Amino acid sequence: MARKNIQLDHAVILDLVNPQSTVLDLGCGNGDLLYLLIKEKKARGQGIEIDDQAIYKCVAKGLNVFHGDVDSGLAEFNDKSFDYVILNQSMQQILHVDKVLSDALRVGKKVIVGFPNFAYYKSRLQIFFRGKSPVTESLPYQWYETPNLHFLSILDFKKYCRTKNITIERQVCIGEKHQIPFLRNLFAQVGIFLISK
Amino acid sequence: MIKEKKIIQNGHLGIVQEQAFTFDALKLESGEKFGPVTLAYETYGVLNKERSNAILITHALSGDAHAAGVHAGQDNPGWWDEFIGPGKAFDTDRYFIICSNVLGGCKGSTGPSSINPKTGKPYALDFPLITINDIVNAQKNLIDHLGIEKLLSVVGGSMGGQQVLSWLVNYPGSLRSAVPIATTIKHSPQQIAFNEVGRQSIMADSHWKSGNYYDGAAPTKGLAVARMIGHITYMSDKSMAEKFGRAKKDAGEPFKFTADFEVEGYLRYRGDNFVKRFDANSYLYITKAMDNFDATAKRPLQEILQGSSVKVLVISFKSDWLYPAYQSKEIVKACKLAEVETTYCEIDSTYGHDAFLLEVQEESHLIKHFLKKVFYAYEVTGEYGA
Repeated sequence: MARKNIQLDHAVILDLVNPQSTVLDLGCGNGDLLYLLIKEKKARGQGIEIDDQAIYKCVAKGLNVFHGDVDSGLAEFNDKSFDYVILNQSMQQILHVDKVLSDALRVGKKVIVGFPNFAYYKSRLQIFFRGKSPVTESLPYQWYETPNLHFLSILDFKKYCRTKNITIERQVCIGEKHQIPFLRNLFAQVGIFLISK
Repeated sequence: MIKEKKIIQNGHLGIVQEQAFTFDALKLESGEKFGPVTLAYETYGVLNKERSNAILITHALSGDAHAAGVHAGQDNPGWWDEFIGPGKAFDTDRYFIICSNVLGGCKGSTGPSSINPKTGKPYALDFPLITINDIVNAQKNLIDHLGIEKLLSVVGGSMGGQQVLSWLVNYPGSLRSAVPIATTIKHSPQQIAFNEVGRQSIMADSHWKSGNYYDGAAPTKGLAVARMIGHITYMSDKSMAEKFGRAKKDAGEPFKFTADFEVEGYLRYRGDNFVKRFDANSYLYITKAMDNFDATAKRPLQEILQGSSVKVLVISFKSDWLYPAYQSKEIVKACKLAEVETTYCEIDSTYGHDAFLLEVQEESHLIKHFLKKVFYAYEVTGEYGA
Protein backbone atom coordinates (compact mmCIF):
# COMPACT_ATOMS: atom_id res chain seq x y z
CA MET A 1 0.00 0.00 0.00
CA ALA A 2 2.78 2.42 0.84
CA ARG A 3 3.54 4.33 -2.33
CA LYS A 4 6.52 6.58 -2.50
CA ASN A 5 5.93 10.31 -2.29
CA ILE A 6 2.24 9.92 -1.67
CA GLN A 7 0.72 11.17 1.56
CA LEU A 8 -0.41 8.23 3.67
CA ASP A 9 -4.06 9.35 3.81
CA HIS A 10 -4.09 9.75 0.02
CA ALA A 11 -2.63 6.25 -0.40
CA VAL A 12 -5.34 4.81 1.86
CA ILE A 13 -8.11 6.56 -0.10
CA LEU A 14 -6.60 5.39 -3.42
CA ASP A 15 -6.96 1.83 -2.17
CA LEU A 16 -10.59 2.38 -1.19
CA VAL A 17 -11.65 3.58 -4.67
CA ASN A 18 -12.45 1.16 -7.48
CA PRO A 19 -10.86 1.87 -10.87
CA GLN A 20 -12.80 4.00 -13.38
CA SER A 21 -15.20 5.35 -10.80
CA THR A 22 -16.73 8.80 -10.72
CA VAL A 23 -15.51 10.86 -7.79
CA LEU A 24 -16.60 14.14 -6.22
CA ASP A 25 -13.99 15.61 -3.89
CA LEU A 26 -15.49 18.12 -1.45
CA GLY A 27 -12.88 20.61 -0.33
CA CYS A 28 -10.36 19.30 -2.86
CA GLY A 29 -7.72 21.92 -2.00
CA ASN A 30 -4.89 22.01 -4.53
CA GLY A 31 -6.31 18.90 -6.18
CA ASP A 32 -3.47 16.51 -5.27
CA LEU A 33 -5.81 13.67 -4.25
CA LEU A 34 -8.13 14.18 -7.20
CA TYR A 35 -5.17 14.22 -9.55
CA LEU A 36 -3.91 10.91 -8.11
CA LEU A 37 -7.33 9.31 -8.40
CA ILE A 38 -7.60 10.28 -12.04
CA LYS A 39 -4.04 9.30 -12.88
CA GLU A 40 -3.82 6.03 -10.95
CA LYS A 41 -7.43 4.88 -10.87
CA LYS A 42 -8.62 6.36 -14.16
CA ALA A 43 -11.38 8.01 -12.17
CA ARG A 44 -13.62 10.75 -13.57
CA GLY A 45 -13.13 13.50 -11.07
CA GLN A 46 -14.82 16.70 -10.01
CA GLY A 47 -13.77 18.95 -7.14
CA ILE A 48 -15.44 21.65 -5.07
CA GLU A 49 -13.20 24.20 -3.40
CA ILE A 50 -13.76 27.58 -1.72
CA ASP A 51 -10.25 29.06 -2.06
CA ASP A 52 -9.59 30.73 -5.41
CA GLN A 53 -5.81 30.27 -5.28
CA ALA A 54 -6.37 26.52 -4.80
CA ILE A 55 -8.73 26.58 -7.81
CA TYR A 56 -5.97 28.02 -10.00
CA LYS A 57 -3.71 25.14 -8.94
CA CYS A 58 -6.43 22.59 -9.71
CA VAL A 59 -7.00 24.09 -13.15
CA ALA A 60 -3.25 23.98 -13.85
CA LYS A 61 -3.46 20.23 -13.19
CA GLY A 62 -6.25 19.92 -15.73
CA LEU A 63 -8.91 19.20 -13.11
CA ASN A 64 -12.59 20.10 -13.15
CA VAL A 65 -13.45 22.13 -10.09
CA PHE A 66 -16.34 24.26 -8.85
CA HIS A 67 -15.61 27.41 -6.89
CA GLY A 68 -17.93 27.39 -3.90
CA ASP A 69 -18.51 26.22 -0.37
CA VAL A 70 -19.23 22.61 0.43
CA ASP A 71 -22.25 23.49 2.55
CA SER A 72 -24.27 24.76 -0.40
CA GLY A 73 -22.44 23.08 -3.29
CA LEU A 74 -23.95 19.62 -2.88
CA ALA A 75 -27.64 20.38 -3.07
CA GLU A 76 -27.61 20.85 -6.85
CA PHE A 77 -26.43 17.33 -7.73
CA ASN A 78 -28.76 14.52 -8.66
CA ASP A 79 -29.08 11.45 -6.42
CA LYS A 80 -26.26 8.93 -6.83
CA SER A 81 -24.50 10.96 -9.52
CA PHE A 82 -21.06 9.87 -8.23
CA ASP A 83 -19.64 6.49 -7.19
CA TYR A 84 -17.75 8.21 -4.38
CA VAL A 85 -18.07 11.51 -2.58
CA ILE A 86 -14.89 12.29 -0.66
CA LEU A 87 -14.52 14.57 2.36
CA ASN A 88 -10.87 14.28 3.24
CA GLN A 89 -9.77 16.62 6.03
CA SER A 90 -12.67 18.91 5.19
CA MET A 91 -15.55 17.52 7.28
CA GLN A 92 -14.34 19.09 10.52
CA GLN A 93 -14.35 22.52 8.83
CA ILE A 94 -17.90 22.35 7.52
CA LEU A 95 -20.58 24.33 9.34
CA HIS A 96 -23.52 21.93 8.95
CA VAL A 97 -21.79 18.56 9.01
CA ASP A 98 -24.92 16.50 9.54
CA LYS A 99 -26.66 18.09 6.55
CA VAL A 100 -23.60 17.78 4.31
CA LEU A 101 -22.99 14.14 5.24
CA SER A 102 -26.58 13.15 4.54
CA ASP A 103 -26.42 15.07 1.23
CA ALA A 104 -23.09 13.40 0.39
CA LEU A 105 -24.69 10.01 1.03
CA ARG A 106 -27.53 11.02 -1.29
CA VAL A 107 -25.26 12.28 -4.11
CA GLY A 108 -22.65 9.52 -3.81
CA LYS A 109 -23.19 5.77 -3.81
CA LYS A 110 -20.45 5.68 -1.21
CA VAL A 111 -18.77 8.34 0.88
CA ILE A 112 -15.17 8.47 2.07
CA VAL A 113 -14.51 10.59 5.14
CA GLY A 114 -11.06 11.37 6.56
CA PHE A 115 -10.66 13.44 9.75
CA PRO A 116 -8.17 14.10 12.55
CA ASN A 117 -8.81 12.03 15.69
CA PHE A 118 -9.28 14.31 18.67
CA ALA A 119 -8.84 11.40 21.09
CA TYR A 120 -5.27 10.71 19.90
CA TYR A 121 -3.20 9.99 23.01
CA LYS A 122 -0.96 13.05 22.61
CA SER A 123 -4.04 15.27 22.60
CA ARG A 124 -5.29 13.54 25.69
CA LEU A 125 -1.95 14.03 27.44
CA GLN A 126 -1.83 17.72 26.57
CA ILE A 127 -5.30 18.31 27.95
CA PHE A 128 -4.81 16.09 31.01
CA PHE A 129 -1.32 17.02 32.14
CA ARG A 130 -0.79 20.45 30.71
CA GLY A 131 -4.36 21.69 30.83
CA LYS A 132 -4.20 23.18 27.30
CA SER A 133 -6.00 22.65 24.04
CA PRO A 134 -4.06 20.05 22.07
CA VAL A 135 -1.75 20.96 19.18
CA THR A 136 -0.61 17.82 17.34
CA GLU A 137 0.61 16.77 13.89
CA SER A 138 -2.94 16.20 12.67
CA LEU A 139 -4.40 19.13 14.63
CA PRO A 140 -1.60 21.64 14.12
CA TYR A 141 -3.51 24.85 14.93
CA GLN A 142 -3.66 27.12 17.94
CA TRP A 143 -7.19 27.63 19.30
CA TYR A 144 -7.37 31.17 17.89
CA GLU A 145 -6.44 30.34 14.32
CA THR A 146 -7.90 26.90 13.68
CA PRO A 147 -10.18 26.46 10.65
CA ASN A 148 -11.70 23.45 12.41
CA LEU A 149 -15.22 23.91 13.70
CA HIS A 150 -15.77 20.38 15.01
CA PHE A 151 -13.56 18.18 17.15
CA LEU A 152 -14.41 14.52 17.05
CA SER A 153 -12.84 11.19 17.81
CA ILE A 154 -12.93 7.93 15.90
CA LEU A 155 -15.38 6.61 18.50
CA ASP A 156 -17.59 9.69 18.06
CA PHE A 157 -17.84 9.08 14.34
CA LYS A 158 -18.65 5.39 14.76
CA LYS A 159 -21.38 6.28 17.21
CA TYR A 160 -22.72 8.89 14.78
CA CYS A 161 -22.91 6.26 12.02
CA ARG A 162 -24.77 3.88 14.33
CA THR A 163 -27.30 6.56 15.30
CA LYS A 164 -27.91 7.56 11.67
CA ASN A 165 -28.07 4.00 10.33
CA ILE A 166 -25.00 4.59 8.18
CA THR A 167 -23.10 1.45 7.21
CA ILE A 168 -19.35 1.52 7.83
CA GLU A 169 -17.93 -0.59 5.01
CA ARG A 170 -14.26 -0.09 5.82
CA GLN A 171 -12.27 1.89 8.30
CA VAL A 172 -8.56 2.57 8.20
CA CYS A 173 -6.86 4.41 11.00
CA ILE A 174 -3.41 5.82 10.51
CA GLY A 175 -0.62 7.32 12.51
CA GLU A 176 2.21 9.32 11.09
CA LYS A 177 3.62 6.61 8.85
CA HIS A 178 1.61 3.44 9.42
CA GLN A 179 -1.83 2.01 9.83
CA ILE A 180 -2.90 1.56 13.43
CA PRO A 181 -4.38 -1.93 13.84
CA PHE A 182 -5.49 -1.76 17.48
CA LEU A 183 -6.47 0.77 20.16
CA ARG A 184 -7.22 3.04 17.24
CA ASN A 185 -9.09 5.69 19.14
CA LEU A 186 -6.00 6.12 21.29
CA PHE A 187 -3.17 5.79 18.78
CA ALA A 188 -4.57 6.92 15.41
CA GLN A 189 -4.07 10.50 14.28
CA VAL A 190 -6.45 10.20 11.37
CA GLY A 191 -9.51 8.05 10.78
CA ILE A 192 -10.61 7.23 7.24
CA PHE A 193 -14.06 5.67 6.76
CA LEU A 194 -15.82 4.24 3.74
CA ILE A 195 -19.52 4.59 4.46
CA SER A 196 -22.81 4.11 2.65
CA LYS A 197 -26.52 4.24 3.30
CA MET B 1 -7.22 31.61 -47.83
CA ILE B 2 -6.91 30.70 -44.17
CA LYS B 3 -3.28 29.73 -44.00
CA GLU B 4 -1.65 33.10 -43.87
CA LYS B 5 1.08 33.27 -41.28
CA LYS B 6 0.94 36.52 -39.38
CA ILE B 7 3.96 38.55 -38.45
CA ILE B 8 4.91 37.65 -34.91
CA GLN B 9 6.99 39.93 -32.72
CA ASN B 10 7.55 39.62 -28.96
CA GLY B 11 4.34 37.74 -28.24
CA HIS B 12 2.30 40.23 -30.26
CA LEU B 13 0.42 39.38 -33.39
CA GLY B 14 1.64 42.38 -35.32
CA ILE B 15 -0.35 43.53 -38.33
CA VAL B 16 -3.70 41.82 -38.85
CA GLN B 17 -6.29 42.24 -41.55
CA GLU B 18 -10.04 42.29 -41.55
CA GLN B 19 -11.81 40.00 -44.00
CA ALA B 20 -15.40 39.73 -45.11
CA PHE B 21 -17.74 36.88 -45.95
CA THR B 22 -21.09 37.40 -47.68
CA PHE B 23 -23.90 34.91 -48.03
CA ASP B 24 -27.27 35.21 -49.72
CA ALA B 25 -29.79 34.88 -46.95
CA LEU B 26 -30.34 34.01 -43.34
CA LYS B 27 -33.58 32.62 -41.98
CA LEU B 28 -34.25 34.67 -38.88
CA GLU B 29 -35.92 33.34 -35.74
CA SER B 30 -38.90 35.52 -36.57
CA GLY B 31 -39.36 33.41 -39.71
CA GLU B 32 -38.31 36.24 -42.00
CA LYS B 33 -35.66 35.58 -44.65
CA PHE B 34 -33.04 38.29 -44.63
CA GLY B 35 -30.14 38.88 -46.95
CA PRO B 36 -27.61 39.34 -48.26
CA VAL B 37 -25.58 39.16 -45.06
CA THR B 38 -21.94 40.20 -44.77
CA LEU B 39 -19.85 39.32 -41.73
CA ALA B 40 -16.57 41.10 -41.08
CA TYR B 41 -14.07 38.81 -39.38
CA GLU B 42 -10.45 38.42 -38.43
CA THR B 43 -8.40 35.28 -37.89
CA TYR B 44 -5.16 34.75 -36.00
CA GLY B 45 -2.89 31.70 -36.08
CA VAL B 46 -3.09 28.81 -38.52
CA LEU B 47 -5.84 26.23 -38.97
CA ASN B 48 -4.25 22.79 -38.61
CA LYS B 49 -4.63 19.94 -41.12
CA GLU B 50 -7.23 18.16 -38.97
CA ARG B 51 -9.16 21.46 -38.60
CA SER B 52 -9.39 20.73 -34.89
CA ASN B 53 -7.78 23.84 -33.40
CA ALA B 54 -10.33 26.53 -34.27
CA ILE B 55 -11.68 28.77 -31.52
CA LEU B 56 -14.47 31.28 -32.06
CA ILE B 57 -14.32 34.39 -29.91
CA THR B 58 -17.61 36.26 -29.56
CA HIS B 59 -17.60 39.95 -28.71
CA ALA B 60 -19.63 42.05 -26.29
CA LEU B 61 -22.12 44.86 -27.03
CA SER B 62 -19.64 47.46 -28.31
CA GLY B 63 -16.97 45.05 -29.59
CA ASP B 64 -16.03 44.15 -33.13
CA ALA B 65 -14.06 41.65 -35.21
CA HIS B 66 -10.77 43.32 -34.33
CA ALA B 67 -9.93 41.27 -31.22
CA ALA B 68 -6.13 41.30 -31.44
CA GLY B 69 -3.10 42.67 -33.25
CA VAL B 70 -3.08 46.04 -35.01
CA HIS B 71 -4.37 47.20 -38.36
CA ALA B 72 -1.79 48.51 -40.82
CA GLY B 73 -0.99 52.16 -40.20
CA GLN B 74 -2.79 52.23 -36.82
CA ASP B 75 -1.53 51.67 -33.33
CA ASN B 76 -4.61 50.68 -31.29
CA PRO B 77 -4.60 46.93 -30.60
CA GLY B 78 -7.73 44.74 -30.69
CA TRP B 79 -10.10 44.64 -27.72
CA TRP B 80 -8.76 41.34 -26.29
CA ASP B 81 -5.17 41.74 -27.47
CA GLU B 82 -3.70 40.81 -24.08
CA PHE B 83 -5.36 37.41 -24.32
CA ILE B 84 -4.62 36.52 -27.94
CA GLY B 85 -1.17 35.94 -29.41
CA PRO B 86 1.84 33.63 -29.28
CA GLY B 87 2.12 32.13 -25.78
CA LYS B 88 -0.97 33.95 -24.50
CA ALA B 89 -4.23 32.39 -23.22
CA PHE B 90 -5.38 31.96 -26.81
CA ASP B 91 -2.01 30.80 -28.04
CA THR B 92 -1.81 31.53 -31.75
CA ASP B 93 1.10 29.09 -32.03
CA ARG B 94 -1.41 26.31 -31.24
CA TYR B 95 -4.84 27.59 -32.11
CA PHE B 96 -6.66 29.21 -34.99
CA ILE B 97 -8.70 32.10 -33.60
CA ILE B 98 -11.75 33.58 -35.32
CA CYS B 99 -13.64 36.69 -34.29
CA SER B 100 -16.47 38.22 -36.32
CA ASN B 101 -18.54 41.36 -35.93
CA VAL B 102 -22.12 40.48 -34.99
CA LEU B 103 -25.07 40.66 -37.34
CA GLY B 104 -26.73 44.01 -36.60
CA GLY B 105 -23.37 45.59 -35.80
CA CYS B 106 -21.73 48.59 -37.42
CA LYS B 107 -18.13 47.47 -37.81
CA GLY B 108 -18.21 45.78 -41.20
CA SER B 109 -21.07 43.32 -40.71
CA THR B 110 -24.57 43.90 -42.04
CA GLY B 111 -26.56 46.10 -39.70
CA PRO B 112 -29.07 48.97 -39.69
CA SER B 113 -26.45 51.38 -41.07
CA SER B 114 -25.71 49.09 -44.06
CA ILE B 115 -27.14 49.90 -47.49
CA ASN B 116 -30.37 48.08 -48.25
CA PRO B 117 -29.81 46.79 -51.83
CA LYS B 118 -33.52 47.19 -52.56
CA THR B 119 -33.61 50.93 -51.83
CA GLY B 120 -29.99 51.97 -52.16
CA LYS B 121 -30.30 53.64 -48.74
CA PRO B 122 -29.35 52.52 -45.22
CA TYR B 123 -31.81 50.05 -43.72
CA ALA B 124 -32.39 52.13 -40.58
CA LEU B 125 -35.52 50.73 -38.92
CA ASP B 126 -36.30 48.56 -41.95
CA PHE B 127 -33.60 46.32 -40.54
CA PRO B 128 -35.35 43.28 -39.05
CA LEU B 129 -35.51 42.65 -35.31
CA ILE B 130 -32.67 40.18 -34.72
CA THR B 131 -31.91 37.83 -31.84
CA ILE B 132 -28.76 36.43 -30.27
CA ASN B 133 -29.64 33.12 -31.96
CA ASP B 134 -29.75 34.92 -35.34
CA ILE B 135 -26.30 36.38 -34.61
CA VAL B 136 -25.04 32.87 -33.87
CA ASN B 137 -26.73 31.34 -36.91
CA ALA B 138 -24.91 33.88 -39.07
CA GLN B 139 -21.61 32.94 -37.35
CA LYS B 140 -22.34 29.27 -38.08
CA ASN B 141 -22.45 30.13 -41.79
CA LEU B 142 -19.00 31.71 -41.48
CA ILE B 143 -17.60 28.70 -39.59
CA ASP B 144 -19.01 26.35 -42.27
CA HIS B 145 -17.50 28.58 -44.94
CA LEU B 146 -14.09 28.29 -43.25
CA GLY B 147 -14.45 24.49 -43.49
CA ILE B 148 -14.59 23.90 -39.73
CA GLU B 149 -16.89 21.09 -38.69
CA LYS B 150 -16.23 21.22 -34.98
CA LEU B 151 -14.90 24.19 -33.03
CA LEU B 152 -12.41 23.52 -30.26
CA SER B 153 -14.17 26.18 -28.24
CA VAL B 154 -16.49 29.16 -28.30
CA VAL B 155 -15.46 31.85 -25.82
CA GLY B 156 -16.95 35.21 -24.92
CA GLY B 157 -17.84 37.61 -22.13
CA SER B 158 -21.08 39.50 -21.41
CA MET B 159 -23.11 39.52 -24.66
CA GLY B 160 -20.32 37.34 -26.03
CA GLY B 161 -21.22 34.88 -23.27
CA GLN B 162 -24.85 34.93 -24.41
CA GLN B 163 -23.62 33.89 -27.85
CA VAL B 164 -21.57 31.10 -26.26
CA LEU B 165 -24.74 29.80 -24.57
CA SER B 166 -26.64 30.10 -27.83
CA TRP B 167 -23.95 27.97 -29.54
CA LEU B 168 -24.29 25.40 -26.74
CA VAL B 169 -28.04 25.28 -27.11
CA ASN B 170 -28.29 25.38 -30.91
CA TYR B 171 -25.13 23.59 -32.06
CA PRO B 172 -24.03 21.30 -29.20
CA GLY B 173 -22.47 18.91 -31.71
CA SER B 174 -20.36 21.62 -33.33
CA LEU B 175 -18.17 22.48 -30.38
CA ARG B 176 -15.91 20.57 -28.00
CA SER B 177 -15.98 23.16 -25.26
CA ALA B 178 -17.58 26.43 -24.22
CA VAL B 179 -16.39 29.30 -22.05
CA PRO B 180 -19.21 31.67 -21.02
CA ILE B 181 -17.73 34.58 -19.06
CA ALA B 182 -19.58 37.14 -16.89
CA THR B 183 -22.85 36.34 -18.56
CA THR B 184 -26.37 35.06 -17.98
CA ILE B 185 -28.91 32.54 -19.23
CA LYS B 186 -31.35 35.45 -19.48
CA HIS B 187 -31.33 39.13 -18.55
CA SER B 188 -32.80 40.15 -15.20
CA PRO B 189 -35.24 43.08 -15.02
CA GLN B 190 -32.34 45.21 -13.76
CA GLN B 191 -30.26 44.46 -16.86
CA ILE B 192 -33.21 45.14 -19.16
CA ALA B 193 -33.88 48.39 -17.28
CA PHE B 194 -30.36 49.75 -17.82
CA ASN B 195 -30.55 48.88 -21.53
CA GLU B 196 -33.94 50.56 -21.80
CA VAL B 197 -32.61 53.79 -20.32
CA GLY B 198 -29.85 53.69 -22.95
CA ARG B 199 -32.39 53.18 -25.73
CA GLN B 200 -34.68 55.93 -24.44
CA SER B 201 -31.73 58.28 -24.35
CA ILE B 202 -31.03 57.64 -28.05
CA MET B 203 -34.66 57.90 -29.09
CA ALA B 204 -35.12 61.11 -27.10
CA ASP B 205 -32.39 62.80 -29.15
CA SER B 206 -34.12 65.00 -31.76
CA HIS B 207 -31.54 63.89 -34.34
CA TRP B 208 -32.69 60.28 -34.09
CA LYS B 209 -35.75 60.89 -36.33
CA SER B 210 -37.14 57.38 -35.95
CA GLY B 211 -33.82 56.01 -37.06
CA ASN B 212 -33.59 58.00 -40.33
CA TYR B 213 -30.58 60.14 -39.51
CA TYR B 214 -28.01 58.77 -41.93
CA ASP B 215 -28.16 61.75 -44.33
CA GLY B 216 -27.80 64.31 -41.54
CA ALA B 217 -26.59 64.75 -37.98
CA ALA B 218 -26.58 61.55 -35.94
CA PRO B 219 -28.14 61.32 -32.45
CA THR B 220 -24.71 61.56 -30.89
CA LYS B 221 -25.87 63.16 -27.62
CA GLY B 222 -28.34 60.37 -26.98
CA LEU B 223 -25.85 57.67 -27.86
CA ALA B 224 -23.17 59.29 -25.69
CA VAL B 225 -25.50 59.32 -22.68
CA ALA B 226 -26.40 55.66 -23.34
CA ARG B 227 -22.70 54.86 -23.31
CA MET B 228 -22.16 56.84 -20.10
CA ILE B 229 -24.88 54.80 -18.37
CA GLY B 230 -23.25 51.67 -19.74
CA HIS B 231 -19.86 52.64 -18.35
CA ILE B 232 -21.30 53.19 -14.88
CA THR B 233 -22.73 49.67 -14.90
CA TYR B 234 -19.44 48.18 -16.14
CA MET B 235 -17.47 49.53 -13.19
CA SER B 236 -17.79 48.97 -9.45
CA ASP B 237 -18.16 51.41 -6.58
CA LYS B 238 -14.62 50.49 -5.56
CA SER B 239 -13.02 50.72 -9.01
CA MET B 240 -14.59 54.17 -9.50
CA ALA B 241 -13.39 55.33 -6.09
CA GLU B 242 -9.89 54.09 -6.89
CA LYS B 243 -9.81 55.57 -10.38
CA PHE B 244 -11.37 58.99 -9.69
CA GLY B 245 -12.04 59.53 -6.01
CA ARG B 246 -13.65 62.96 -5.67
CA ALA B 247 -10.86 64.63 -7.57
CA LYS B 248 -11.84 67.76 -9.49
CA LYS B 249 -10.74 68.51 -12.99
CA ASP B 250 -10.22 72.26 -12.90
CA ALA B 251 -11.03 74.30 -9.82
CA GLY B 252 -10.54 77.65 -11.58
CA GLU B 253 -13.65 77.67 -13.76
CA PRO B 254 -16.87 79.32 -12.60
CA PHE B 255 -19.75 76.93 -11.86
CA LYS B 256 -21.78 76.26 -15.02
CA PHE B 257 -22.60 72.53 -14.74
CA THR B 258 -19.39 71.74 -16.55
CA ALA B 259 -17.57 68.51 -15.80
CA ASP B 260 -16.16 69.36 -12.37
CA PHE B 261 -15.30 65.93 -11.10
CA GLU B 262 -12.83 63.62 -12.77
CA VAL B 263 -15.52 60.97 -13.07
CA GLU B 264 -17.76 63.37 -14.99
CA GLY B 265 -14.96 64.21 -17.38
CA TYR B 266 -14.20 60.54 -17.88
CA LEU B 267 -17.81 59.64 -18.66
CA ARG B 268 -18.15 62.54 -21.12
CA TYR B 269 -14.90 61.54 -22.77
CA ARG B 270 -16.00 57.89 -23.12
CA GLY B 271 -19.41 58.96 -24.39
CA ASP B 272 -17.99 61.39 -26.97
CA ASN B 273 -15.46 58.84 -28.16
CA PHE B 274 -18.05 56.11 -28.52
CA VAL B 275 -20.22 58.05 -30.95
CA LYS B 276 -17.30 58.27 -33.38
CA ARG B 277 -17.21 54.51 -33.73
CA PHE B 278 -20.72 53.26 -33.05
CA ASP B 279 -24.09 53.53 -34.75
CA ALA B 280 -27.08 54.47 -32.57
CA ASN B 281 -29.49 52.14 -34.39
CA SER B 282 -27.06 49.22 -33.93
CA TYR B 283 -27.09 50.03 -30.21
CA LEU B 284 -30.90 49.80 -30.19
CA TYR B 285 -31.03 46.52 -32.14
CA ILE B 286 -28.23 44.77 -30.27
CA THR B 287 -29.36 45.72 -26.76
CA LYS B 288 -32.85 44.48 -27.66
CA ALA B 289 -31.38 41.16 -28.82
CA MET B 290 -29.57 40.88 -25.47
CA ASP B 291 -32.75 41.60 -23.49
CA ASN B 292 -34.82 39.10 -25.47
CA PHE B 293 -32.27 36.29 -25.16
CA ASP B 294 -33.20 33.29 -23.05
CA ALA B 295 -31.03 30.19 -23.43
CA THR B 296 -33.78 28.16 -21.78
CA ALA B 297 -36.58 29.42 -24.05
CA LYS B 298 -37.10 26.03 -25.69
CA ARG B 299 -35.91 23.60 -23.02
CA PRO B 300 -34.10 23.73 -19.66
CA LEU B 301 -30.34 24.03 -20.16
CA GLN B 302 -29.60 20.84 -18.21
CA GLU B 303 -31.88 18.90 -20.54
CA ILE B 304 -30.06 20.23 -23.60
CA LEU B 305 -26.65 19.43 -22.09
CA GLN B 306 -27.63 15.95 -20.91
CA GLY B 307 -25.32 13.30 -22.31
CA SER B 308 -23.16 15.91 -24.06
CA SER B 309 -19.39 15.46 -24.06
CA VAL B 310 -18.82 19.22 -24.23
CA LYS B 311 -16.55 20.63 -21.53
CA VAL B 312 -17.47 23.93 -19.92
CA LEU B 313 -15.51 26.66 -18.15
CA VAL B 314 -17.68 29.28 -16.44
CA ILE B 315 -16.05 32.46 -15.13
CA SER B 316 -17.58 35.27 -13.08
CA PHE B 317 -16.12 38.24 -11.18
CA LYS B 318 -16.71 39.13 -7.56
CA SER B 319 -17.45 42.85 -8.01
CA ASP B 320 -19.55 42.45 -11.19
CA TRP B 321 -22.99 43.70 -10.19
CA LEU B 322 -24.31 43.98 -13.75
CA TYR B 323 -23.86 40.27 -14.45
CA PRO B 324 -23.60 39.01 -10.86
CA ALA B 325 -22.02 35.67 -9.96
CA TYR B 326 -25.39 34.11 -9.16
CA GLN B 327 -26.23 34.27 -12.87
CA SER B 328 -23.08 32.32 -13.75
CA LYS B 329 -23.93 29.85 -11.00
CA GLU B 330 -27.25 29.17 -12.75
CA ILE B 331 -25.24 28.00 -15.77
CA VAL B 332 -23.03 25.91 -13.48
CA LYS B 333 -26.10 24.37 -11.85
CA ALA B 334 -27.41 23.23 -15.24
CA CYS B 335 -23.99 21.71 -16.01
CA LYS B 336 -23.99 19.89 -12.65
CA LEU B 337 -27.43 18.42 -13.25
CA ALA B 338 -26.45 17.38 -16.78
CA GLU B 339 -23.24 15.83 -15.40
CA VAL B 340 -21.15 17.77 -17.89
CA GLU B 341 -17.44 18.25 -17.08
CA THR B 342 -17.34 21.78 -15.72
CA THR B 343 -15.02 24.20 -14.01
CA TYR B 344 -16.33 27.34 -12.37
CA CYS B 345 -14.32 30.18 -10.88
CA GLU B 346 -15.41 33.50 -9.42
CA ILE B 347 -12.32 35.65 -9.88
CA ASP B 348 -11.56 38.00 -7.00
CA SER B 349 -11.64 41.34 -8.80
CA THR B 350 -12.64 44.92 -7.98
CA TYR B 351 -13.11 46.00 -11.62
CA GLY B 352 -16.82 45.20 -11.85
CA HIS B 353 -18.20 43.87 -15.15
CA ASP B 354 -15.20 45.34 -17.02
CA ALA B 355 -13.07 42.71 -15.27
CA PHE B 356 -13.52 40.25 -18.13
CA LEU B 357 -11.44 42.62 -20.27
CA LEU B 358 -8.99 43.58 -17.53
CA GLU B 359 -8.21 40.62 -15.22
CA VAL B 360 -5.58 39.32 -17.60
CA GLN B 361 -3.51 37.15 -15.28
CA GLU B 362 -6.16 35.03 -13.55
CA GLU B 363 -8.51 34.81 -16.52
CA SER B 364 -5.65 33.87 -18.86
CA HIS B 365 -4.51 31.15 -16.47
CA LEU B 366 -7.97 29.57 -16.38
CA ILE B 367 -8.55 29.79 -20.13
CA LYS B 368 -5.07 28.64 -21.10
CA HIS B 369 -5.11 25.44 -19.03
CA PHE B 370 -8.73 24.69 -19.86
CA LEU B 371 -8.08 24.95 -23.61
CA LYS B 372 -4.99 22.75 -23.34
CA LYS B 373 -7.01 20.10 -21.57
CA VAL B 374 -9.74 20.16 -24.20
CA PHE B 375 -7.32 20.33 -27.11
CA TYR B 376 -5.22 17.39 -26.05
CA ALA B 377 -8.37 15.44 -25.10
CA TYR B 378 -6.71 13.35 -22.45
CA GLU B 379 -7.52 12.76 -18.88
CA VAL B 380 -5.01 14.20 -16.49
CA THR B 381 -1.47 13.36 -17.47
CA GLY B 382 0.38 16.27 -15.92
CA GLU B 383 2.32 16.45 -19.13
CA TYR B 384 -0.01 18.48 -21.28
CA GLY B 385 1.16 21.63 -22.82
CA ALA B 386 4.61 20.19 -23.46
